[in-house]
Amino acid sequence: MEALMNWLEAQLADNSIFTLQTLSYYGDGLVTTVQLVFLSLIIGVVLAVPLAIGRGSKKAWVRLPIFFYCYVFRGTPLLVQLYLIYYGVVFVEGIQDTWLWVLLEKPFVPALIAFTLNTGAYTTEIFRGAIKSTPKGEIEAARAYGMSWGLMMRRIVLPSAFRRALPAYGNEVIFMLHASAIASVVTLMDLTGAARFVYARFYAPFDAFLFVAAIYLCLTFSIIFFFRRLENRLLAHLKPAGN
Amino acid sequence: MKIQKILSLGVLSAAVIAGTASADVRDIRIGVDVPYEPMEFRTPDGELTGFDIDLGNALCAEIGIQCEWVVQGWDGIIPGLKARKYDAIMSSMTINEQRREQVLFSDPYITPPSAWFAPADSEIVTPDAESLEGKSIGVQRGTLQDNYVTDLYGDVADVNRYATADDMVLDMDAGRLDIAFLDFPIGKSTLIDSEAGDYKTVGEKISEPVKYFGEGFGIAFRQRDGELAEAFNEALSTLKANGTYDEIEAKYFGE
Repeated sequence: MEALMNWLEAQLADNSIFTLQTLSYYGDGLVTTVQLVFLSLIIGVVLAVPLAIGRGSKKAWVRLPIFFYCYVFRGTPLLVQLYLIYYGVVFVEGIQDTWLWVLLEKPFVPALIAFTLNTGAYTTEIFRGAIKSTPKGEIEAARAYGMSWGLMMRRIVLPSAFRRALPAYGNEVIFMLHASAIASVVTLMDLTGAARFVYARFYAPFDAFLFVAAIYLCLTFSIIFFFRRLENRLLAHLKPAGN
Repeated sequence: MKIQKILSLGVLSAAVIAGTASADVRDIRIGVDVPYEPMEFRTPDGELTGFDIDLGNALCAEIGIQCEWVVQGWDGIIPGLKARKYDAIMSSMTINEQRREQVLFSDPYITPPSAWFAPADSEIVTPDAESLEGKSIGVQRGTLQDNYVTDLYGDVADVNRYATADDMVLDMDAGRLDIAFLDFPIGKSTLIDSEAGDYKTVGEKISEPVKYFGEGFGIAFRQRDGELAEAFNEALSTLKANGTYDEIEAKYFGE
């Protein structure tokens, strides 16, 4: 480990911008970005599955609130949502004295809430589309077998809907990664925050932002790679025979 | 129609002659980041005002040129100068070596110290590595206060960097920040004067070491605009001699 550090230090010796310290800002930023995006995506999916089912419900009191939620969060910029949640909650009288403040005081949780609600809305729409496009024959077959609604959802509709939703959802993951770049407006030191810090400190826009762009590219590439593997595996039955 | 054309031609050529007559210093645009009270901010009806604005206008009048103010966010203010979006920066910019590599500075026109500001009930008495441990410190991103706090307390405290001073005050009000490190005049006018008794300064005013705090605020120009900087330096010493400078200073920093 020490040898590695020494080697790194020697490599960086005549570099005034990318010192070990600024690299550690980028490192911390990477951790924050990945945490933020990963957590919001996980919670977003957990939210989106029941919402997507409810979104297609015949009962208006189930369907309409979900429609309204998706409409609002897809209809407003993520930046505005982030501002509202981070700076807006403060104007709720007396919130500093409640247990909520423990969560909302630091910028991470407000950012996580904004990102989760946003990706949740988009994911709900993606899943709803996939559920809606389930071939009628499959549903009729399930009914013919005497399956209950729950069993049919679990065994027939959802598994095939997830497969159909996969390519669109992969896109949403990449969008979310890129959208997370705005987290630094609420003082969170994510990857872009680190780049802005280095930029402002050394007045070196190219160095600071090209470096961070390269990191985002690597992240995006691994997401694409992961989803391609997943698609190859889960959508194998849709490929032409003899492949 | 013809007469109009001739007239406008006449006006044009007169302007050209006047332009060449006033030699090499032409009308300029000055970049400024607002708000940063009382150095630069907007009045309730949207007019730009503040110490920098008044002094800048007085300097331009002294040189005999027209100056137009261009509002630009702080973290892009030097790149904006180099990209010719404006010809000078007059925006509470501290002169230091790092910036001198990028821009040409005028003589310093004011040297304000920085200071710590905290809520009135704060228990911090003298800010140091021990008393600031685990605290949330607010600074404006890319400022010398940011560099100072990051280098001295970045390891022990939680440094929150804001794009504007307004956002920082908002989070100070919200109780998210334990303490903030600001230019003293700005902190005084945004936190002490405007929020009745909610905030206080903590510890001494700080203007050392020069490595962070530089030599005072200067007007920044592109490296090749030496003549422009020279014209501003001359105008500044004239204003200091004839009392105009003291008038403007008293207007914003007088007790």
